[in-house]
Amino acid sequence: MKTNPAATVSLHVVLVFLAGVSLMPLLWLVCATVKRGDDLFAYALLPWDHLDRLTLNNFRELFARESFGRWLLNSLFLASTHTVVVVMLSSLGGFALAKYRFRGKKPLMLMMLGTMLLPSQVLLPSSYELMNQFGWINSYLAVLVPGAVSVFGLFLFRQTIATTVPDDLLAAGRVDGCSEFRLWWDVVLPVVRPMTGAFTLMSFLAAWNSFLWPQIVLQDEGKYTLPIALANMVGLPEYQAEYGVLMAGTLVSIAPVVLLFAILQKEFIAGLSSGAVKG
Amino acid sequence: MTRERLWSFQHRAAPYVFVSPFVVLFCVFLLYPLARSLVLSMYKTAGPENEKFVGLANYAFLLTDPLFWWSVLNTSLFTVAFLVIQIPVSLGLAVLLNNRRVRFRGAFRFAFFSTHLVGPVFVAVLFSILLNARQGFLNQVIGAVVGTPVQINWLGSPYLAMTAVLLAALWLGIGWGMIYFLAALQAVDLELYDAASVDGAGRWQQFVHVTLPGIRPVLVFMILIGSIGAFQLFELPYVLFNGPGPAQSALTIVMYLFATGFEAGDLGYAAAIGWLLVLILFGLALLQLKLFKAGRDDA
Repeated sequence: MKTNPAATVSLHVVLVFLAGVSLMPLLWLVCATVKRGDDLFAYALLPWDHLDRLTLNNFRELFARESFGRWLLNSLFLASTHTVVVVMLSSLGGFALAKYRFRGKKPLMLMMLGTMLLPSQVLLPSSYELMNQFGWINSYLAVLVPGAVSVFGLFLFRQTIATTVPDDLLAAGRVDGCSEFRLWWDVVLPVVRPMTGAFTLMSFLAAWNSFLWPQIVLQDEGKYTLPIALANMVGLPEYQAEYGVLMAGTLVSIAPVVLLFAILQKEFIAGLSSGAVKG
Repeated sequence: MTRERLWSFQHRAAPYVFVSPFVVLFCVFLLYPLARSLVLSMYKTAGPENEKFVGLANYAFLLTDPLFWWSVLNTSLFTVAFLVIQIPVSLGLAVLLNNRRVRFRGAFRFAFFSTHLVGPVFVAVLFSILLNARQGFLNQVIGAVVGTPVQINWLGSPYLAMTAVLLAALWLGIGWGMIYFLAALQAVDLELYDAASVDGAGRWQQFVHVTLPGIRPVLVFMILIGSIGAFQLFELPYVLFNGPGPAQSALTIVMYLFATGFEAGDLGYAAAIGWLLVLILFGLALLQLKLFKAGRDDA
Protein backbone atom coordinates (compact mmCIF):
# COMPACT_ATOMS: atom_id res chain seq x y z
CA MET A 1 0.00 0.00 0.00
CA LYS A 2 2.80 2.38 0.90
CA THR A 3 4.58 1.89 -2.42
CA ASN A 4 1.55 1.98 -4.70
CA PRO A 5 3.20 2.76 -8.05
CA ALA A 6 0.08 4.30 -9.58
CA ALA A 7 -0.15 6.84 -6.76
CA THR A 8 3.52 7.69 -7.15
CA VAL A 9 3.15 8.22 -10.87
CA SER A 10 0.04 10.39 -10.53
CA LEU A 11 1.74 12.44 -7.83
CA HIS A 12 4.57 13.19 -10.24
CA VAL A 13 2.20 13.91 -13.10
CA VAL A 14 0.47 16.51 -10.92
CA LEU A 15 3.80 18.01 -9.87
CA VAL A 16 5.11 18.20 -13.44
CA PHE A 17 1.88 19.87 -14.54
CA LEU A 18 2.03 22.44 -11.73
CA ALA A 19 5.72 23.12 -12.34
CA GLY A 20 4.85 23.63 -16.01
CA VAL A 21 2.17 26.17 -15.13
CA SER A 22 4.60 27.96 -12.84
CA LEU A 23 7.39 28.09 -15.43
CA MET A 24 5.17 28.79 -18.45
CA PRO A 25 5.45 32.61 -18.31
CA LEU A 26 9.26 32.33 -18.29
CA LEU A 27 9.19 29.80 -21.14
CA TRP A 28 6.92 32.12 -23.11
CA LEU A 29 9.32 34.97 -22.39
CA VAL A 30 12.32 33.06 -23.74
CA CYS A 31 10.37 32.14 -26.89
CA ALA A 32 9.13 35.72 -27.36
CA THR A 33 12.67 37.07 -27.46
CA VAL A 34 13.65 34.98 -30.50
CA LYS A 35 10.48 35.57 -32.57
CA ARG A 36 9.97 38.14 -35.28
CA GLY A 37 7.45 40.87 -34.54
CA ASP A 38 4.69 39.41 -36.73
CA ASP A 39 5.18 35.93 -35.20
CA LEU A 40 4.99 37.10 -31.60
CA PHE A 41 1.26 36.65 -31.13
CA ALA A 42 0.65 34.45 -34.17
CA TYR A 43 2.35 31.53 -32.42
CA ALA A 44 1.74 30.74 -28.77
CA LEU A 45 5.33 29.65 -28.21
CA LEU A 46 7.60 29.04 -31.21
CA PRO A 47 6.80 29.02 -34.95
CA TRP A 48 7.44 25.27 -35.28
CA ASP A 49 6.64 25.23 -38.99
CA HIS A 50 9.02 28.14 -39.71
CA LEU A 51 11.97 27.64 -37.41
CA ASP A 52 14.13 29.48 -39.96
CA ARG A 53 12.35 32.67 -38.90
CA LEU A 54 13.85 32.59 -35.40
CA THR A 55 16.07 35.60 -34.87
CA LEU A 56 18.39 37.29 -32.41
CA ASN A 57 17.43 40.65 -33.85
CA ASN A 58 15.55 41.70 -30.71
CA PHE A 59 18.74 41.51 -28.66
CA ARG A 60 20.72 43.34 -31.33
CA GLU A 61 18.10 46.12 -31.42
CA LEU A 62 18.03 46.32 -27.64
CA PHE A 63 21.75 46.99 -27.29
CA ALA A 64 21.98 49.14 -30.42
CA ARG A 65 19.03 51.44 -29.83
CA GLU A 66 19.12 51.85 -26.05
CA SER A 67 22.05 52.24 -23.64
CA PHE A 68 21.12 48.80 -22.39
CA GLY A 69 24.72 47.69 -21.87
CA ARG A 70 25.28 50.74 -19.72
CA TRP A 71 22.17 50.03 -17.61
CA LEU A 72 23.23 46.42 -17.18
CA LEU A 73 26.65 47.55 -15.90
CA ASN A 74 25.00 50.14 -13.61
CA SER A 75 22.81 47.43 -12.09
CA LEU A 76 25.76 45.05 -11.66
CA PHE A 77 27.87 47.75 -10.03
CA LEU A 78 25.15 48.99 -7.67
CA ALA A 79 23.94 45.55 -6.58
CA SER A 80 27.48 44.22 -5.98
CA THR A 81 28.71 47.27 -4.12
CA HIS A 82 25.55 47.38 -2.02
CA THR A 83 25.94 43.71 -1.13
CA VAL A 84 29.58 43.99 -0.07
CA VAL A 85 28.93 47.06 2.07
CA VAL A 86 25.82 45.67 3.72
CA VAL A 87 27.48 42.34 4.58
CA MET A 88 30.54 44.09 6.03
CA LEU A 89 28.59 46.56 8.16
CA SER A 90 26.00 44.05 9.37
CA SER A 91 28.56 41.39 10.31
CA LEU A 92 30.83 43.86 12.12
CA GLY A 93 27.91 45.36 14.04
CA GLY A 94 26.35 41.97 14.67
CA PHE A 95 29.66 40.68 16.05
CA ALA A 96 29.85 43.60 18.47
CA LEU A 97 26.26 43.08 19.64
CA ALA A 98 26.71 39.32 20.02
CA LYS A 99 30.06 39.06 21.77
CA TYR A 100 30.86 42.30 23.61
CA ARG A 101 29.39 44.23 26.51
CA PHE A 102 29.43 47.95 25.94
CA ARG A 103 27.65 51.07 27.05
CA GLY A 104 24.39 51.87 25.33
CA LYS A 105 23.96 48.39 23.83
CA LYS A 106 20.48 47.70 25.22
CA PRO A 107 18.81 51.01 24.20
CA LEU A 108 20.52 50.80 20.84
CA MET A 109 19.09 47.35 20.14
CA LEU A 110 15.61 48.34 21.31
CA MET A 111 15.64 51.38 19.07
CA MET A 112 16.70 49.33 16.07
CA LEU A 113 14.12 46.62 16.73
CA GLY A 114 11.47 49.32 16.95
CA THR A 115 12.20 50.45 13.41
CA MET A 116 12.12 46.96 11.90
CA LEU A 117 8.38 46.80 11.35
CA LEU A 118 8.19 50.29 9.85
CA PRO A 119 7.22 50.40 6.19
CA SER A 120 10.21 52.05 4.49
CA GLN A 121 7.90 54.20 2.35
CA VAL A 122 7.24 56.53 5.27
CA LEU A 123 10.87 57.64 4.89
CA LEU A 124 10.61 58.48 1.19
CA PRO A 125 9.63 62.18 1.41
CA SER A 126 12.08 63.13 4.16
CA SER A 127 14.92 61.04 2.70
CA TYR A 128 14.41 62.71 -0.66
CA GLU A 129 14.62 66.08 1.05
CA LEU A 130 17.83 64.99 2.79
CA MET A 131 19.40 63.76 -0.46
CA ASN A 132 18.52 67.10 -1.97
CA GLN A 133 20.31 68.92 0.86
CA PHE A 134 23.36 66.68 0.45
CA GLY A 135 23.33 67.29 -3.31
CA TRP A 136 23.09 63.52 -3.87
CA ILE A 137 20.21 63.56 -6.37
CA ASN A 138 21.42 61.68 -9.44
CA SER A 139 24.35 60.30 -7.47
CA TYR A 140 24.86 56.62 -6.62
CA LEU A 141 25.66 57.75 -3.08
CA ALA A 142 21.91 58.30 -2.61
CA VAL A 143 21.32 54.62 -3.30
CA LEU A 144 24.39 53.10 -1.65
CA VAL A 145 24.84 55.06 1.59
CA PRO A 146 21.30 54.96 3.03
CA GLY A 147 20.98 51.40 1.67
CA ALA A 148 23.98 50.28 3.73
CA VAL A 149 21.81 50.15 6.86
CA SER A 150 20.09 46.79 7.20
CA VAL A 151 18.65 46.31 10.66
CA PHE A 152 17.47 42.87 9.56
CA GLY A 153 21.01 41.96 8.51
CA LEU A 154 22.47 43.26 11.76
CA PHE A 155 20.16 41.10 13.86
CA LEU A 156 20.61 38.09 11.60
CA PHE A 157 24.38 38.27 12.14
CA ARG A 158 24.00 38.96 15.85
CA GLN A 159 21.78 35.90 16.26
CA THR A 160 23.96 33.61 14.18
CA ILE A 161 27.23 34.72 15.76
CA ALA A 162 25.78 34.43 19.28
CA THR A 163 24.64 30.85 18.68
CA THR A 164 27.40 29.41 16.48
CA VAL A 165 30.68 31.09 17.48
CA PRO A 166 31.96 29.66 20.81
CA ASP A 167 33.47 32.15 23.26
CA ASP A 168 36.41 29.76 23.79
CA LEU A 169 37.33 30.10 20.14
CA LEU A 170 37.55 33.87 20.50
CA ALA A 171 39.54 33.57 23.74
CA ALA A 172 41.96 31.17 22.07
CA GLY A 173 42.35 33.60 19.20
CA ARG A 174 43.20 36.40 21.63
CA VAL A 175 45.82 34.25 23.37
CA ASP A 176 47.36 33.63 19.97
CA GLY A 177 47.68 37.39 19.51
CA CYS A 178 44.73 38.06 17.21
CA SER A 179 43.52 41.65 17.25
CA GLU A 180 39.77 42.10 17.64
CA PHE A 181 39.53 43.09 14.00
CA ARG A 182 41.33 39.93 12.90
CA LEU A 183 39.02 37.85 15.12
CA TRP A 184 36.13 39.19 13.05
CA TRP A 185 37.81 38.49 9.73
CA ASP A 186 39.64 35.22 10.46
CA VAL A 187 37.48 33.54 13.10
CA VAL A 188 33.92 34.87 13.07
CA LEU A 189 33.30 35.24 9.34
CA PRO A 190 34.46 31.70 8.43
CA VAL A 191 32.23 30.18 11.15
CA VAL A 192 29.08 32.00 9.95
CA ARG A 193 29.88 31.44 6.26
CA PRO A 194 26.72 29.45 5.37
CA MET A 195 24.40 32.15 6.67
CA THR A 196 26.58 34.84 5.10
CA GLY A 197 26.19 33.12 1.73
CA ALA A 198 22.41 33.15 1.96
CA PHE A 199 22.31 36.73 3.20
CA THR A 200 24.66 37.84 0.42
CA LEU A 201 22.39 36.33 -2.21
CA MET A 202 19.29 37.85 -0.64
CA SER A 203 20.87 41.30 -0.48
CA PHE A 204 22.06 41.08 -4.07
CA LEU A 205 18.62 40.01 -5.27
CA ALA A 206 16.87 42.80 -3.35
CA ALA A 207 19.26 45.43 -4.71
CA TRP A 208 19.06 44.07 -8.27
CA ASN A 209 15.26 44.24 -8.23
CA SER A 210 14.79 47.46 -6.24
CA PHE A 211 12.89 50.18 -8.02
CA LEU A 212 11.01 52.77 -5.98
CA TRP A 213 13.89 54.60 -4.24
CA PRO A 214 16.44 54.38 -7.10
CA GLN A 215 13.77 55.67 -9.46
CA ILE A 216 13.21 58.69 -7.22
CA VAL A 217 16.87 59.67 -6.84
CA LEU A 218 18.34 58.57 -10.20
CA GLN A 219 16.73 60.83 -12.75
CA ASP A 220 19.49 61.02 -15.33
CA GLU A 221 19.09 58.36 -18.05
CA GLY A 222 22.76 57.43 -17.95
CA LYS A 223 22.40 56.50 -14.25
CA TYR A 224 19.39 54.18 -14.69
CA THR A 225 19.35 50.65 -13.38
CA LEU A 226 17.55 47.84 -15.25
CA PRO A 227 14.21 48.10 -13.39
CA ILE A 228 14.06 51.87 -13.95
CA ALA A 229 15.01 51.47 -17.60
CA LEU A 230 12.44 48.76 -18.29
CA ALA A 231 9.63 50.51 -16.42
CA ASN A 232 10.45 53.51 -18.57
CA MET A 233 10.55 51.56 -21.84
CA VAL A 234 7.09 50.06 -21.24
CA GLY A 235 5.65 53.55 -21.29
CA LEU A 236 7.35 54.62 -24.53
CA PRO A 237 5.09 54.62 -27.60
CA GLU A 238 7.71 52.95 -29.82
CA TYR A 239 7.57 49.79 -27.69
CA GLN A 240 3.81 49.51 -28.00
CA ALA A 241 4.59 47.83 -31.31
CA GLU A 242 7.93 46.19 -30.56
CA TYR A 243 7.24 43.80 -27.75
CA GLY A 244 10.09 41.53 -28.84
CA VAL A 245 12.74 44.09 -27.89
CA LEU A 246 10.98 44.75 -24.59
CA MET A 247 10.91 41.03 -23.82
CA ALA A 248 14.59 40.71 -24.73
CA GLY A 249 15.31 43.45 -22.18
CA THR A 250 13.27 41.61 -19.56
CA LEU A 251 15.10 38.34 -20.21
CA VAL A 252 18.52 39.98 -19.99
CA SER A 253 17.42 41.56 -16.69
CA ILE A 254 16.27 38.37 -14.99
CA ALA A 255 18.62 35.75 -16.43
CA PRO A 256 21.68 36.67 -14.31
CA VAL A 257 19.91 36.32 -10.97
CA VAL A 258 17.98 33.19 -11.92
CA LEU A 259 21.23 31.51 -13.05
CA LEU A 260 23.05 32.62 -9.91
CA PHE A 261 20.33 31.11 -7.73
CA ALA A 262 20.08 27.94 -9.78
CA ILE A 263 23.77 27.34 -9.06
CA LEU A 264 23.60 28.28 -5.38
CA GLN A 265 20.06 27.24 -4.50
CA LYS A 266 20.92 24.65 -1.84
CA GLU A 267 22.93 27.09 0.21
CA PHE A 268 20.35 29.81 -0.24
CA ILE A 269 17.26 27.85 0.69
CA ALA A 270 18.93 26.35 3.77
CA GLY A 271 19.83 29.83 4.97
CA LEU A 272 16.44 31.31 4.10
CA SER A 273 14.35 28.76 5.92
CA SER A 274 16.58 28.15 8.95
CA GLY A 275 15.65 31.56 10.33
CA ALA A 276 11.94 30.97 9.89
CA VAL A 277 11.78 27.60 11.59
CA LYS A 278 13.95 28.54 14.54
CA GLY A 279 12.07 31.81 15.03
CA MET B 1 54.05 48.37 28.92
CA THR B 2 52.71 50.75 26.31
CA ARG B 3 52.22 47.81 24.00
CA GLU B 4 50.14 46.07 26.62
CA ARG B 5 48.06 49.20 27.13
CA LEU B 6 47.59 49.55 23.43
CA TRP B 7 46.51 45.91 23.29
CA SER B 8 43.91 46.27 26.02
CA PHE B 9 42.75 49.54 24.50
CA GLN B 10 42.03 47.93 21.15
CA HIS B 11 40.06 45.25 23.02
CA ARG B 12 37.95 47.77 24.91
CA ALA B 13 37.44 50.07 21.94
CA ALA B 14 36.62 47.26 19.51
CA PRO B 15 32.84 47.05 20.03
CA TYR B 16 32.43 50.81 19.69
CA VAL B 17 34.51 50.84 16.52
CA PHE B 18 32.59 47.87 15.12
CA VAL B 19 29.09 49.28 15.66
CA SER B 20 29.83 52.94 15.02
CA PRO B 21 29.64 52.90 11.18
CA PHE B 22 26.29 51.19 11.44
CA VAL B 23 25.03 53.46 14.21
CA VAL B 24 26.08 56.66 12.44
CA LEU B 25 24.33 55.62 9.22
CA PHE B 26 21.32 54.39 11.19
CA CYS B 27 20.96 57.79 12.88
CA VAL B 28 21.52 59.92 9.77
CA PHE B 29 19.55 57.89 7.23
CA LEU B 30 16.87 56.24 9.35
CA LEU B 31 16.25 57.95 12.68
CA TYR B 32 16.61 61.50 11.40
CA PRO B 33 14.39 61.01 8.32
CA LEU B 34 11.87 59.26 10.55
CA ALA B 35 11.63 62.22 12.94
CA ARG B 36 11.81 64.67 10.07
CA SER B 37 9.00 62.87 8.30
CA LEU B 38 6.74 63.47 11.31
CA VAL B 39 7.53 67.20 11.16
CA LEU B 40 7.25 67.26 7.39
CA SER B 41 3.76 65.78 7.59
CA MET B 42 2.65 69.06 9.18
CA TYR B 43 3.80 71.15 6.25
CA LYS B 44 2.30 71.83 2.89
CA THR B 45 5.14 71.69 0.39
CA ALA B 46 5.67 72.34 -3.28
CA GLY B 47 9.01 70.76 -4.10
CA PRO B 48 11.73 70.38 -1.49
CA GLU B 49 12.34 74.10 -0.89
CA ASN B 50 8.92 75.67 -0.62
CA GLU B 51 7.04 74.73 2.55
CA LYS B 52 4.37 76.19 4.82
CA PHE B 53 3.34 75.00 8.30
CA VAL B 54 -0.24 73.75 8.39
CA GLY B 55 -0.36 71.79 11.67
CA LEU B 56 -2.56 68.73 11.48
CA ALA B 57 -4.38 69.98 8.39
CA ASN B 58 -2.79 67.31 6.18
CA TYR B 59 -4.18 64.57 8.39
CA ALA B 60 -7.58 66.23 8.62
CA PHE B 61 -7.69 66.55 4.86
CA LEU B 62 -6.47 63.00 4.39
CA LEU B 63 -9.28 61.60 6.53
CA THR B 64 -11.82 63.06 4.11
CA ASP B 65 -9.79 62.51 0.94
CA PRO B 66 -11.84 60.09 -1.19
CA LEU B 67 -8.83 59.09 -3.30
CA PHE B 68 -6.90 58.07 -0.18
CA TRP B 69 -9.76 55.90 1.07
CA TRP B 70 -10.16 54.47 -2.41
CA SER B 71 -6.50 53.46 -2.31
CA VAL B 72 -6.98 51.94 1.16
CA LEU B 73 -9.99 49.97 -0.09
CA ASN B 74 -8.12 48.73 -3.19
CA THR B 75 -5.08 47.72 -1.17
CA SER B 76 -7.16 45.97 1.50
CA LEU B 77 -9.17 43.98 -1.02
CA PHE B 78 -5.96 43.00 -2.78
CA THR B 79 -4.38 41.90 0.51
CA VAL B 80 -7.34 39.74 1.51
CA ALA B 81 -7.62 38.12 -1.93
CA PHE B 82 -3.87 37.53 -2.10
CA LEU B 83 -3.67 35.82 1.31
CA VAL B 84 -6.84 33.78 0.85
CA ILE B 85 -5.35 32.25 -2.30
CA GLN B 86 -1.61 32.28 -1.59
CA ILE B 87 -1.59 30.65 1.85
CA PRO B 88 -3.62 27.50 0.97
CA VAL B 89 -1.99 27.04 -2.44
CA SER B 90 1.54 27.45 -1.07
CA LEU B 91 0.76 25.07 1.76
CA GLY B 92 -0.83 22.57 -0.63
CA LEU B 93 2.23 22.64 -2.88
CA ALA B 94 4.50 22.16 0.12
CA VAL B 95 2.44 19.17 1.31
CA LEU B 96 2.67 17.62 -2.18
CA LEU B 97 6.42 18.17 -2.34
CA ASN B 98 6.95 16.88 1.19
CA ASN B 99 5.58 13.47 0.22
CA ARG B 100 8.24 10.83 0.84
CA ARG B 101 7.81 9.39 -2.65
CA VAL B 102 8.69 12.57 -4.51
CA ARG B 103 11.82 12.25 -6.65
CA PHE B 104 13.79 15.25 -7.92
CA ARG B 105 12.44 17.34 -5.05
CA GLY B 106 15.17 19.95 -5.51
CA ALA B 107 14.27 20.49 -9.16
CA PHE B 108 10.55 20.87 -8.40
CA ARG B 109 11.30 23.19 -5.53
CA PHE B 110 13.38 25.38 -7.78
CA ALA B 111 10.73 25.35 -10.50
CA PHE B 112 8.17 26.75 -8.07
CA PHE B 113 10.52 29.06 -6.25
CA SER B 114 12.31 30.58 -9.24
CA THR B 115 9.41 32.91 -10.04
CA HIS B 116 10.16 34.77 -6.83
CA LEU B 117 13.61 35.71 -8.15
CA VAL B 118 12.08 37.84 -10.87
CA GLY B 119 11.77 41.40 -9.61
CA PRO B 120 8.27 42.94 -9.51
CA VAL B 121 9.12 45.45 -12.24
CA PHE B 122 10.21 42.68 -14.61
CA VAL B 123 7.13 40.62 -13.72
CA ALA B 124 4.94 43.60 -14.51
CA VAL B 125 6.62 44.16 -17.89
CA LEU B 126 6.23 40.47 -18.75
CA PHE B 127 2.59 40.30 -17.62
CA SER B 128 1.71 43.49 -19.47
CA ILE B 129 2.28 41.46 -22.66
CA LEU B 130 1.01 38.08 -21.41
CA LEU B 131 -2.31 39.70 -20.45
CA ASN B 132 -2.75 41.56 -23.75
CA ALA B 133 -6.46 41.61 -24.52
CA ARG B 134 -6.40 40.84 -28.25
CA GLN B 135 -3.74 38.17 -28.54
CA GLY B 136 -2.11 37.74 -25.13
CA PHE B 137 -0.89 34.31 -24.09
CA LEU B 138 -3.33 33.98 -21.18
CA ASN B 139 -6.31 34.67 -23.45
CA GLN B 140 -4.91 32.17 -25.98
CA VAL B 141 -4.74 29.51 -23.25
CA ILE B 142 -8.23 30.30 -21.96
CA GLY B 143 -9.49 30.28 -25.54
CA ALA B 144 -7.93 26.85 -26.15
CA VAL B 145 -9.51 25.48 -22.96
CA VAL B 146 -13.03 26.79 -23.59
CA GLY B 147 -12.80 26.07 -27.31
CA THR B 148 -13.56 29.55 -28.59
CA PRO B 149 -11.30 32.62 -28.87
CA VAL B 150 -11.69 35.07 -25.99
CA GLN B 151 -10.66 38.70 -25.67
CA ILE B 152 -10.68 39.37 -21.97
CA ASN B 153 -9.57 42.95 -21.40
CA TRP B 154 -7.41 42.23 -18.33
CA LEU B 155 -5.57 45.54 -18.36
CA GLY B 156 -8.19 47.87 -19.82
CA SER B 157 -11.21 47.10 -17.70
CA PRO B 158 -11.54 48.75 -14.27
CA TYR B 159 -13.19 45.59 -12.98
CA LEU B 160 -10.36 43.31 -14.03
CA ALA B 161 -7.35 45.52 -13.36
CA MET B 162 -6.83 44.36 -9.78
CA THR B 163 -7.34 40.75 -10.87
CA ALA B 164 -4.46 41.19 -13.30
CA VAL B 165 -2.29 42.55 -10.49
CA LEU B 166 -3.37 39.64 -8.30
CA LEU B 167 -2.38 37.09 -10.97
CA ALA B 168 1.10 38.58 -11.20
CA ALA B 169 1.43 38.81 -7.41
CA LEU B 170 0.39 35.19 -6.94
CA TRP B 171 2.83 34.05 -9.59
CA LEU B 172 5.53 35.86 -7.62
CA GLY B 173 4.40 34.82 -4.15
CA ILE B 174 3.17 31.23 -4.20
CA GLY B 175 6.54 29.53 -4.64
CA TRP B 176 8.08 31.80 -2.05
CA GLY B 177 5.43 30.81 0.50
CA MET B 178 5.95 27.15 -0.40
CA ILE B 179 9.64 27.30 0.62
CA TYR B 180 8.72 28.38 4.14
CA PHE B 181 5.91 25.84 4.51
CA LEU B 182 8.14 23.06 3.19
CA ALA B 183 10.80 23.86 5.78
CA ALA B 184 8.13 23.93 8.49
CA LEU B 185 6.63 20.61 7.38
CA GLN B 186 10.02 18.95 7.47
CA ALA B 187 10.43 20.05 11.07
CA VAL B 188 7.18 18.35 12.22
CA ASP B 189 7.91 15.26 14.31
CA LEU B 190 7.17 12.16 12.19
CA GLU B 191 6.29 10.10 15.26
CA LEU B 192 3.24 12.28 15.79
CA TYR B 193 1.86 11.05 12.45
CA ASP B 194 2.50 7.42 13.41
CA ALA B 195 0.74 7.96 16.73
CA ALA B 196 -2.20 9.61 14.99
CA SER B 197 -2.54 6.84 12.45
CA VAL B 198 -2.42 4.24 15.24
CA ASP B 199 -5.34 6.15 16.78
CA GLY B 200 -7.17 5.69 13.48
CA ALA B 201 -6.85 9.24 12.17
CA GLY B 202 -7.25 9.57 8.40
CA ARG B 203 -5.16 11.75 6.09
CA TRP B 204 -7.34 14.83 6.58
CA GLN B 205 -7.57 14.40 10.34
CA GLN B 206 -3.79 14.04 10.51
CA PHE B 207 -3.44 17.26 8.55
CA VAL B 208 -5.80 19.15 10.85
CA HIS B 209 -4.60 17.74 14.16
CA VAL B 210 -0.88 17.15 13.57
CA THR B 211 0.32 19.21 10.60
CA LEU B 212 -1.52 22.47 11.23
CA PRO B 213 -0.58 22.78 14.92
CA GLY B 214 2.98 21.76 14.02
CA ILE B 215 3.47 24.50 11.45
CA ARG B 216 1.45 27.10 13.35
CA PRO B 217 4.33 29.53 14.04
CA VAL B 218 5.27 29.59 10.36
CA LEU B 219 1.62 29.98 9.36
CA VAL B 220 1.27 33.01 11.66
CA PHE B 221 4.56 34.40 10.34
CA MET B 222 3.46 33.97 6.72
CA ILE B 223 0.10 35.70 7.27
CA LEU B 224 1.77 38.59 9.09
CA ILE B 225 4.60 39.06 6.58
CA GLY B 226 2.25 38.47 3.65
CA SER B 227 -0.24 41.10 4.75
CA ILE B 228 2.46 43.65 5.54
CA GLY B 229 4.02 43.06 2.11
CA ALA B 230 0.68 43.16 0.31
CA PHE B 231 -0.23 46.48 1.91
CA GLN B 232 2.95 47.96 0.43
CA LEU B 233 1.96 46.94 -3.09
CA PHE B 234 3.39 49.38 -5.61
CA GLU B 235 5.62 48.20 -8.46
CA LEU B 236 3.27 45.63 -10.01
CA PRO B 237 0.31 47.95 -10.67
CA TYR B 238 2.51 51.00 -11.26
CA VAL B 239 4.44 49.38 -14.10
CA LEU B 240 1.57 47.23 -15.37
CA PHE B 241 -0.63 50.27 -15.93
CA ASN B 242 2.02 52.99 -16.08
CA GLY B 243 0.02 54.69 -13.31
CA PRO B 244 -3.14 54.02 -11.31
CA GLY B 245 -4.87 52.01 -14.04
CA PRO B 246 -8.26 52.39 -15.74
CA ALA B 247 -10.54 54.64 -13.63
CA GLN B 248 -7.91 54.59 -10.82
CA SER B 249 -8.90 50.95 -10.26
CA ALA B 250 -5.36 49.90 -9.36
CA LEU B 251 -4.47 52.84 -7.13
CA THR B 252 -2.70 51.59 -3.98
CA ILE B 253 -1.68 53.42 -0.82
CA VAL B 254 2.01 53.55 -1.73
CA MET B 255 1.18 54.60 -5.28
CA TYR B 256 -0.89 57.47 -3.90
CA LEU B 257 2.00 58.44 -1.61
CA PHE B 258 4.38 58.37 -4.57
CA ALA B 259 2.04 60.35 -6.81
CA THR B 260 1.36 63.12 -4.29
CA GLY B 261 4.97 63.40 -3.12
CA PHE B 262 6.95 62.93 -6.28
CA GLU B 263 4.62 63.68 -9.15
CA ALA B 264 2.51 66.48 -7.61
CA GLY B 265 5.43 67.57 -5.39
CA ASP B 266 3.69 67.79 -2.01
CA LEU B 267 6.19 65.96 0.21
CA GLY B 268 4.29 66.99 3.35
CA TYR B 269 1.04 65.37 2.28
CA ALA B 270 2.98 62.29 1.15
CA ALA B 271 4.61 62.06 4.60
CA ALA B 272 1.16 62.16 6.20
CA ILE B 273 0.05 59.29 3.94
CA GLY B 274 3.18 57.42 5.03
CA TRP B 275 2.26 57.80 8.69
CA LEU B 276 -1.27 56.59 8.12
CA LEU B 277 0.25 53.55 6.39
CA VAL B 278 2.38 53.01 9.51
CA LEU B 279 -0.74 53.18 11.68
CA ILE B 280 -2.62 50.75 9.45
CA LEU B 281 0.23 48.23 9.48
CA PHE B 282 0.73 48.46 13.25
CA GLY B 283 -2.99 48.02 13.80
CA LEU B 284 -2.99 45.04 11.47
CA ALA B 285 -0.03 43.42 13.23
CA LEU B 286 -1.55 43.96 16.68
CA LEU B 287 -4.90 42.60 15.56
CA GLN B 288 -3.33 39.47 14.12
CA LEU B 289 -1.15 38.82 17.15
CA LYS B 290 -4.21 39.18 19.37
CA LEU B 291 -6.31 36.86 17.21
CA PHE B 292 -3.62 34.20 17.10
CA LYS B 293 -3.04 34.45 20.82
CA ALA B 294 -6.75 34.02 21.47
CA GLY B 295 -6.78 31.03 19.13
CA ARG B 296 -3.93 29.44 21.06
CA ASP B 297 -5.69 29.85 24.43
CA ASP B 298 -8.69 27.95 23.11
CA ALA B 299 -6.58 25.04 21.92
